[in-house]
Amino acid sequence: MGDPRGFVKFSREGPTRRPVELRVLDWNEMYEPFSEDKLRNQGGRCMDCGVPFCQSNNGCPVVNLIPEWNDLVHRGRWKDALKALHSTNNFPEFTGRLCPAPCESACVLGINADPVSIRVVEWNIIDRGFDEGWIDPVMPVVKTGKKVAVVGSGPAGLAAAQQLARAGHSVTVYEKADRIGGLLRYGIPDFKMEKWVIDRRLDQMKAEGVQFETSVNVGEDVTGEDLARQFDAICLALGAEQPRDLPVPGRELNGVHFAMEYLIQQNKSNAGDSLSVEQITAKGKKVIIIGGGDTGSDCLGTAHRQGCIDVHQFELLPEPPPLRAESTPWPLWPMQLRTSHSHEEGCDRQWSVSTTKFSGENGQVTKLHGHQVSFEAGKFTLVQGTEFGMDADLVLLAMGFTGPVKNGLLDSLGVNYDARGNVSVDENFMTSKDGIFAAGDTKRGASLIVWAIAEGRKAAVGVDIYLQAGKSLAASRS
Amino acid sequence: MADQSNFYGMPPKQGLYDPRFEKDGCGIGFVVNIKGHKSHDIIQKALQVLKNLHHRGAQGCDPCTGDGAGILMQISHEFFRRAATDIGITLPESGGYGVGMVFLPQDEPLRRQCEGLFETIIREEGVRFLGWRDVPVKLEHVGDQAKQTLPYIRQFFIARDILNEAQFERKLYVVRKCIARAIRESALVERGKVYICSLSANTIVYKGMLLPEQLGHFFSDLEDSSMVTALGLVHSRFSTNTFPTWTLAHPYRYTVHNGEINTLRGNVNWMRARQGRLQSDLFGKDLEKLYPIIYENQSDSACLDNAVEFLVMAGRSLPHAMMMLIPEPWVGNPSMSLERRGFYEYHAAMMEPWDGPAAVAFTDGKLIGATLDRNGLRPCRYQVTTDDLVILASEAGVLPIEAKNIREKGRLQPGRMFVVDMIQGRIIDDEEIKADIVGRKPYRSWLTQHRVSLDELPEPLSVPQPDHQTLRQRQQVFGVTIEELKMVLSPMAINGEEPTSSMGTDTPLAVLSDRPQLLSKYFKQLFAQVTNPPIDPIREQLVMSLVTNIGPKPNLIAETPEACRRIKVRQPILTNAELQKLREFEDPNFANKTLSMLFRVAEGPDGLGAAVDQLCQDASKAIKDGYKFLMLSDRGVNEEWAPIPSLLGIAAVHHHLVREATRTEVGLILETGEPRDVHHFACLIGYGAGVVNPYLVFETYVDLEREGYLPEGVDAETGSEKFIKAINKGLLKIFSKMGISTVQSYCGAQIFEAVGLRQELVDLYFTGTASRVEGIGMREIGEETLRRHSVAYQPAPIQQLDFGGEIHYRIQGEHHNWNPETILKLQHATQANDAKTYEEFSELVNNESTRRSNLRGLLDFKFAPEPVPIEEVESVKDIVKRFTTGAMSYGAISKEAHETLAIAMNRIGGKSNTGEGGEDAARFVPLPNGDSKNSYIKQVASGRFGVTANYLIHAKELQIKMAQGAKPGEGGQLPGHKVDDAIARLRFSIPGVGLISPPPHHDIYSIEDLAQLIFDLKNSNPEADVSVKLVSEVGVGTVAAGVSKAHADKVLISGDSGGTGASPLSSIKYAGIPWELGLAETHQTLVLNDLRGRIRVETDGQMKTGRDVVIAAMLGAEEFGFSTAPLIVEGCIMMRKCHLNTCPVGVATQDPELRKRFTGQPDHVVNYFFFVAEEVRQLMAKLGFKIFTDMIGRVDKLKVEKALDHWKAKGLDLSLLLWKPEVGPHVKTFCVDSQDHGLDKVMDNKLVKLCQQAIERGEKVVCDLPIHNTDRTTGTILSSHIARKYGEEGLPPDTITLNFTGSAGQSFGAFVSQGITLTLEGESNDYLGKGLSGGKIIVTPPKGCTFKPEETILIGNTSLYGATKGECYFYGMAGERFAVRNSGVRAVIEGTGDHCCEYMTGGVVVVLGPTGRNFAAGMSGGEAYVLNENGKFESRCNLGMVELEKVVAAEDMHTLKTLIESHVKYTGSRKAKMILGSWTSMVAKFVKVMPVDYKRVLAERKAAAQKASRKEKVVAYG
Repeated sequence: MGDPRGFVKFSREGPTRRPVELRVLDWNEMYEPFSEDKLRNQGGRCMDCGVPFCQSNNGCPVVNLIPEWNDLVHRGRWKDALKALHSTNNFPEFTGRLCPAPCESACVLGINADPVSIRVVEWNIIDRGFDEGWIDPVMPVVKTGKKVAVVGSGPAGLAAAQQLARAGHSVTVYEKADRIGGLLRYGIPDFKMEKWVIDRRLDQMKAEGVQFETSVNVGEDVTGEDLARQFDAICLALGAEQPRDLPVPGRELNGVHFAMEYLIQQNKSNAGDSLSVEQITAKGKKVIIIGGGDTGSDCLGTAHRQGCIDVHQFELLPEPPPLRAESTPWPLWPMQLRTSHSHEEGCDRQWSVSTTKFSGENGQVTKLHGHQVSFEAGKFTLVQGTEFGMDADLVLLAMGFTGPVKNGLLDSLGVNYDARGNVSVDENFMTSKDGIFAAGDTKRGASLIVWAIAEGRKAAVGVDIYLQAGKSLAASRS
Repeated sequence: MADQSNFYGMPPKQGLYDPRFEKDGCGIGFVVNIKGHKSHDIIQKALQVLKNLHHRGAQGCDPCTGDGAGILMQISHEFFRRAATDIGITLPESGGYGVGMVFLPQDEPLRRQCEGLFETIIREEGVRFLGWRDVPVKLEHVGDQAKQTLPYIRQFFIARDILNEAQFERKLYVVRKCIARAIRESALVERGKVYICSLSANTIVYKGMLLPEQLGHFFSDLEDSSMVTALGLVHSRFSTNTFPTWTLAHPYRYTVHNGEINTLRGNVNWMRARQGRLQSDLFGKDLEKLYPIIYENQSDSACLDNAVEFLVMAGRSLPHAMMMLIPEPWVGNPSMSLERRGFYEYHAAMMEPWDGPAAVAFTDGKLIGATLDRNGLRPCRYQVTTDDLVILASEAGVLPIEAKNIREKGRLQPGRMFVVDMIQGRIIDDEEIKADIVGRKPYRSWLTQHRVSLDELPEPLSVPQPDHQTLRQRQQVFGVTIEELKMVLSPMAINGEEPTSSMGTDTPLAVLSDRPQLLSKYFKQLFAQVTNPPIDPIREQLVMSLVTNIGPKPNLIAETPEACRRIKVRQPILTNAELQKLREFEDPNFANKTLSMLFRVAEGPDGLGAAVDQLCQDASKAIKDGYKFLMLSDRGVNEEWAPIPSLLGIAAVHHHLVREATRTEVGLILETGEPRDVHHFACLIGYGAGVVNPYLVFETYVDLEREGYLPEGVDAETGSEKFIKAINKGLLKIFSKMGISTVQSYCGAQIFEAVGLRQELVDLYFTGTASRVEGIGMREIGEETLRRHSVAYQPAPIQQLDFGGEIHYRIQGEHHNWNPETILKLQHATQANDAKTYEEFSELVNNESTRRSNLRGLLDFKFAPEPVPIEEVESVKDIVKRFTTGAMSYGAISKEAHETLAIAMNRIGGKSNTGEGGEDAARFVPLPNGDSKNSYIKQVASGRFGVTANYLIHAKELQIKMAQGAKPGEGGQLPGHKVDDAIARLRFSIPGVGLISPPPHHDIYSIEDLAQLIFDLKNSNPEADVSVKLVSEVGVGTVAAGVSKAHADKVLISGDSGGTGASPLSSIKYAGIPWELGLAETHQTLVLNDLRGRIRVETDGQMKTGRDVVIAAMLGAEEFGFSTAPLIVEGCIMMRKCHLNTCPVGVATQDPELRKRFTGQPDHVVNYFFFVAEEVRQLMAKLGFKIFTDMIGRVDKLKVEKALDHWKAKGLDLSLLLWKPEVGPHVKTFCVDSQDHGLDKVMDNKLVKLCQQAIERGEKVVCDLPIHNTDRTTGTILSSHIARKYGEEGLPPDTITLNFTGSAGQSFGAFVSQGITLTLEGESNDYLGKGLSGGKIIVTPPKGCTFKPEETILIGNTSLYGATKGECYFYGMAGERFAVRNSGVRAVIEGTGDHCCEYMTGGVVVVLGPTGRNFAAGMSGGEAYVLNENGKFESRCNLGMVELEKVVAAEDMHTLKTLIESHVKYTGSRKAKMILGSWTSMVAKFVKVMPVDYKRVLAERKAAAQKASRKEKVVAYG
C-alpha cells in the first residue's frame, strides 16, 4: 500500500462520458480518456484491507487480486499490474468495460465513503497493456496431445479455451454464428464495447493455437456424438439464450420483439454485414422496453442512436430506493436505483407496471395495455383504477432469460439438468456425461460476463484434471 | 534420586500436567563469621533470617505445609562425635570422616535394602563405612501433607583414612554418584524416594518440606548447643505446586538459588554432549561413574548445582566455576579489563552461559559467597558487623543489628560476586576475586594464538552466484509467497526491522491447514511469565550478545591453550561470501565438509525419513574422518531433488550427535534456502545451528532489485544487510522474551513447544520438546515439501508465486476465521438485532472451526439423552455476567470505541477492561441516564500508565497483565505521534513524546514478587478482586497454581490468537499456544493441587460463539473474555491497520477525522452478548445442565471428532485435553472460596485507626512507629481511604505524618496519596514508593550509624516504579532501577545502581553521587540532574534517547537548588550541605539529563504558549 492515507486524501473519480448530444450520433464507446495521475490516485485509494471484501463471495467472481493491482497502479508499475490482473482474469478488457462491478459495492471503503474505482483501474491496466504491446501469446511449454472441443464462443467458452490451450491441449472452439464472441459480440452494443476489443484478444488466442470454427451449429451441422468421438473432452459454453417471453394477447404482433433479436441486428449492421431480413429499428418510432435491467438499458441506448421519437421503460418490480436499501446492507449487492448512461440519454422509466396485452393494427403493434401492480410477499396484485394504454410502434422484451436452449445439442447429448433447468455438473464442472463439461450461463443461467470467465477457467481446470490428472492447471485452482 | 520419580512426592506426568514445568522462587540468605569462628549462635541467626523471609516462601492448600526450607552448614565435629558415640560409633578426628544426610523410604524392609546397597557401594569404592544414625525429628513441627510423605531421615559416616582432604571429598562425590545410579537402576519400588541431601566431610544440609519457622524445631539437632558452625546458608522456597516434595527444598550440596535457568534444556543437552570428550587426571577411570553429570528431570537449581559440583570436583575453584556458568556481560562492556574479557571469551568456547535471573549463594564450607546474574534480576543485600558477621539475604532487615554495630552495608550488583574467605578471614570483593582467577592462566594470549575470527579470514575466491533462471521454482519449493515478498522481506530490506502488524492471528494451526506449511510453523516460541522476567533487548542491550564461537567444544575439564580453537562470529547470519570464507579455509584444525540436505522426489514422501537417517550417518562419518565443521546444505534443489526441511535436518543431526556424544566435536553450519523470517532462524538456532546462511533470501533480493521492487537507495546488497540486521534484532527479541541474553546459550536451548507433531517424531529429532496433541509424522512432512515441489515443477513453469494469505485474507489464500462471511453476518445480526442472522453467523463459525481451524473445532458435545427444558436453564441475564471484554487501551482503540464497550458491558453486568493506559477520572462518574463509562476491570501493566490510587480504587477487578496473546514477553511502544492531549493526560505525560511499556513488570521478576504485587493491589483497593493475565504455553498450569498460591482471586488464560494494536508479525504468528491447551492444563493442575476452589479461571482468545463458551467452561473456565468479536460488532472490518492509525471505521485510530466514521453503538454490543448467552443456554439444555457452574470442568461431556478426512489433522490426539484428574470428592473443581489475603494482619489497619480524624475531617495527625521487614506495603490501605473520599487530589500536603524507625518491608509507601508524609529512619527494601500518587517519602539512615550514608545502600531496587506524583528524599543509595517509569515524582538520592530513570516520562530526579550503568535507558520525558564528580557519568548513561547538558539555565539552577535545599531540610544530608556550601563550583559539576523529544516538545509548547500570551496581550491592550 503506497499511501496509507490515500483514501482520505483523494475522492473517487472516473472518466467522464462524452456529452449525450454528441455520443448518440455515433456508435462509438462513450468514455473520455482518464489521466494517468488520476488513475494512480484512484489506485492509491485502495486501503489494502486485511479482509478485502472485493474478493469475497459478494465481490469479484474471478477473484481478481484487486488490492495488488490497485497498489501496483498507484506505484505506476503497470506491467506488473497487468501480470497480476491476467493471473485471474483472461479478459479484463471485457469486464473493465462491461462489468457491473460487485467488487465496488463490496469495497470496504464503501462502508462510509465512495468505493475505489476498481473497474476503471482494471480497464486501464489492460488497455494500456494492449497499447504498449505487452500482450503476447502465452505458449504452452509442452503439448499434451489431447484434443478439446469448446462449444460456444462467449466469455465462458473463450476463457476455457484459452486456459486449456495454455495447458498444452489442442483446442477447437465451435460457434454457430459467423463471428466469434457470442453475446459479447452480438449482444453488447458497440457504444459499450467496440468489437475490435474482441478481435485483438482473438488474435492472441489464435497465436496461442486455439482453432476457431464459426458458423458451425453443433447439434445440427455436426452431432454431439461425432464431436465426442473426435475429441478427448468437450466443454459446453452455449450460453442461456432462451429469452423469457411475455405470453399476453397481442404478443404475436409485428413490432413486438425480443431484445436480443433487436440488438444482434444492430451489431451486425455496425459490423458492416448486410442483413438477410429487414432490420428492426426504432428510427422514428415510439418505443417501449419491457424490463428494467441491463439488456433493457442496451435497447434504450440503441433506440436513441437509431433515432426513436421517444422511449418508455417498464419494470414489473417496484422502484428501488435511490441509495442502498436497508435490506441489502454493505457488502451485499445493493438493491438501489441504477441510472445507466443510456438513461442519461433520455427515457421515461416506470416501475410496478404489468403488461396485460398488446393491440395493433394490420398486424403491427400500436398500443401496450397495462396497469400498476403492488408487490407484497412475493406476489403482484393489480392496483385498481390504474389501467392504461400507451402508444407504441416497437416493443422490446428485455425480461431476462430462462436458461440454455435445450432442444438441440443438450437434449441430444442427454446431459442432466438442475432444478432451474440449467445443465448440472459436478465439482469439476463435468456434466452427467463422461468427458463432457459445462460452464458459464449454460451451467448457472444468465449471468454476468465475469461469472462466465470465472466458470470458463474453473471448467478448464476440471477438463485438465480429467485429461491429465491436473498437472498443469490444478495448482492455479482457486 | 534422579530419574522420573526424583521429584519425591510429585505426581507423575498426567493429562497436560508435567512435573518438569514446575517452577519455584524463594528467599535466600546466609550468616557467616568472617574469621571462621564456629558457634551455635550462627545457626540461630541463620534460622532467624529464614523466618524473616517467610513471606517469600509459600504454603499450599494445607497452610501448615511449607514449600521447603533448609540450611547448609559446616560439620560440627563436637556434635557428631558425641552423637555417634551415643550409638556406638567411634568417629575419627575432626575432618577425618564424611557425613551423609539421606532421605530413605519409611517402609523398613525397603529401607534396609537401600541401606545395604549404600554400604555395598561404599565398600566397592574402597572407603570405610562407619555406621548409620537416625536423625531425630519432631513430627509436631511439620504440616499434615508433608507428614504423609515424610521420608525416613538418616545420616551415615564414612572414614577418610589415608586419602587427603581433596581426594576424600572427590571420593565422596563418586560414592554419591554411584549410589544414585545404583538406586536408579535398581528394581526398588520406592527408589524415587531415596535422596542424598549431602555427603561431605565439610558441609551438611538439613532441609525438608517445612515452613521457615518449622525447620529449627523439626530437626532437634539444630537446637543442640553443641551443633556449631561458622556459616549457615538458608533457603525458603515458594513453589508453584502444592505437592509434597521433600527433595526439592534447598540448599543443594553447594548452592542455594533464587531464580530460574531459562536455557536449562540446552545446558543439560550440551553437558550430556560433552561427556564424550571429557578426560580427567583427577578422576581417571572414576569419570565414567559420574555420568550423567546432570540428571534428567530435575529442577533447574538442582541441575545448576550438579554442574557447579562437577566443575569444582574437577579442579576449578568455586568462584571460577560460578564465573564460567553465570558470566557477567562482557561483549558490550568497554570498561572491562582485557584480561577479564580474555577469561570470559576463552571460557565461552567451553561453556555456554546458564542464562536467567539468578541470585546464587554458594559455599564449600571454607569459602562462602554469592553472585548475581548479569541483569541483576534478583535482590541481594548484605551487612557487615563490627563483630565480623556477614549477613546476606534477599532482603534487608532480616536480622536486626544495632546501628552502631554495622560496619558496612551493601547490595550485590548485576554480574558481581561477593566472597567471604574464612581461611583468610576476610571479605574479598568482586574486583579482587576475579582478578585473581583471571590471572591464573594467560587466557588472553591463548585466544590470540588459537582463536580465529571470521572477519579476519581471507576473502573467498569464488562466491555462489544467483541463478535467476530457476529462482521462481526454488522460491516455490521453499514456499515463498507474494505476501512474504511484500509484507515480510521487502519491509525488512527497507527498514532493517521485522514488520509490524495488528489484530490477532485467525488462520488455522499448521496441522489443521489444508496448505503445506513449513515445519517451523509447528513450533511455538516459549516466553517468560511470572517466574522470570523477559528482558528489554533494546533498552538493556548491554546484557545482550549475538557473538558466537563455532567449532568443536573442548574438554571441559582441561584448561589447555588449544581449548579455544574456534571461530568467532559477530552474529549468526552469514552472507554467501562469509560462508564461502569458511568453506575455503584450509587449516586442518578447521576442516569442513558439506553434507547434502536433499531427498529424491521420485522416492515420494517416505523418502524423507531415509534421507534424514542418511544425513545423520554422513555426519557421524565426517566426524570420524576428522572434520571439524559440518555444513548442512540444501543447495541443488531441482526437478529431481527436494530439500529436507532445514529445521528437521539440523535438529536430527544435532540430537543424533548429542546421543552419540560427539556433538561437541563439530560445529554445525546451515546453508539453506528455507528460512526468511525471524522465527525460522530462531528455530534453527534453537535446535542446534551455530550459524545460518539463508542464500535464497539473498537471491530474492537480487531478484527484487532486478524487477525494480526495491525503493530508491536500497539495492540487493544494502537490502541483505538490513535483512541481517532485522533478523539480529528479532532474534534478540525472541531470546529476551524468555529472559535469555546470548545466542550462545540460546543455541540448542529448544525454547519451543510443538503443536501438531507426532510424539515419536519429537522424541527422535526434537528430543525434550513438549508436544501434547500428537499430529503429523515424517511422511506428512515429506508430503508437505513435495506438494510445494510439484507446483514448482509442473509442466508449465510457474509465472507467479502463490499469494499466501497468512496475514491478509485472500479468497485464494489461507483460511481465516474472520472472513468476509463471518464479519458481515455478525455485523448484520447485531446491528439489526436479528437472532436468525446470528444463528447463521454462529453456524458459520462453529462449522468452520469444526472443519478446519482450531482445536475446539475438533471437539464435539455428548448431548444428554433427555434435554432439560430450556426454561429451567439459568437465564441469559445471569450468563452474560460472566462475560468480559478484553484489555484494549484507549490509545490502541478510539475513545468512542472504548467507551461504547464500557457502556455496553456495564448495561449487562459484565465487565470491560481499561487496558494499559489509565482511564479518565470523568468516566468514574455515572451518566445521567444511568449508563456508566467506568471500565470495571482496571489493568495494571508493565508501563503502569495512569495507575494511581484513585484509578485503583474505582475498579471492581485489578488485572495484572503478565503477557498478551499477540506478543507475550514483549513490551510495547506508543509512538509520539499517537500521544495526543487526552492520552498524554491519562498517562501523565506530555503529547508528542513516545511512551514505552517495558517487557517485564520491574516489580515482578519471580513468583514471590507477583505475590507482593497482588498484595500491594489488594491493599490499594481491598474490595476489588485481583486477577493475573497469563498467556497459554506449556507449563502455564504450574504458573497458574503459583498465581493461586500468591492469592490472586482470578487467573486469566489468554490464547495465542488474541488481538493487538501493534506487534511484530512473528510474535503474532508464532508465540503462545491456543487457549484450549493452556486452559485445560491450568484447570487440571489447579484441581490436582487442590487450588482450584480458591481461584476463578477466565479464558479468552478469539471467542466468538456460545459453543466456544461452553467448550471453554467444560475445559475449566467460569469467565470468558471477548475482544475481536465485540470490536467487529462496533464496526471493525479487520483492516489490520491499527498500527498505522488509519482505521477507516474509527475503531482503532486516534485520527480525529477517522474517528468521526465510528458508528458502533452499545446496543449492538449488548445484542451480541445476549445472542451468545442464548446460544450457551440452548446448548446447556441439550447437554442437560441447568446451572452454569455444573458445567465447569466437565470434560466428560466432550468427545473428540477425529479429523480422519484431513491429511494432516488425522494424526491429532486430544485425549490429554480431555483428561480429568482423579481427586477426592472434597477437591473443588470451580471457585467456591475466597483467598485469604492476610489484610487483617497489616500495619495499615492500625494506621487507618490512628488517622481517622485526618481521613474524616482533614485534621493533622503525627505518629511515631517501629517497622520491620515483614511489614509490607505500608501506607497503602490508608491511602485507599483517602483516594476513595478525596479522589486524585487527596488531602493538603503533610496532613498525615507517620515517622517509622526500622527496616521497612517491600513496597513501603506504595500508591500513597497526597497529604501523607512517610519518614523512615533505618532502611527499606524493594519497591519503595511504587505508584506514588502524591505522597511524600523521606528515608534516612539510623541515627548513630558509623558507616558513610552517602556510600551505603539505603533503599532497595525498583523504587518509585510508575510513580505519578509526590516528593522523595533519600539520604543514602538506591539499588537498581531507581525511578523506573517515574512520571511525575521529584526525588533526591545520593547514589544509584544500574538502569536509573529507565523509561521515565516525567518528574525530576537528582542524584548527588555515583550512578550505575545504563542511566536513562528509554527515558522519554522528565529530567535528571547528576553530580558527576568523577567524570564517569557519560559512559554510564545510555544516550539513545537523551542528551547531556550543563546546568546553566536559571530555571534549571533553581529547580536543582530548591530540591537540594529540601533534601537538607528533610534529611540533614552532609553531602547536600557541602554542595550548597560551595554552590557555584559544585553546580558546574552537575550534568542535566534531558530526553531529546521531551526537550523538543517542551520548546514547542513554550513557543506556542508565548505566542498565545502575546496574542492575549494584544487583545488586552487593543
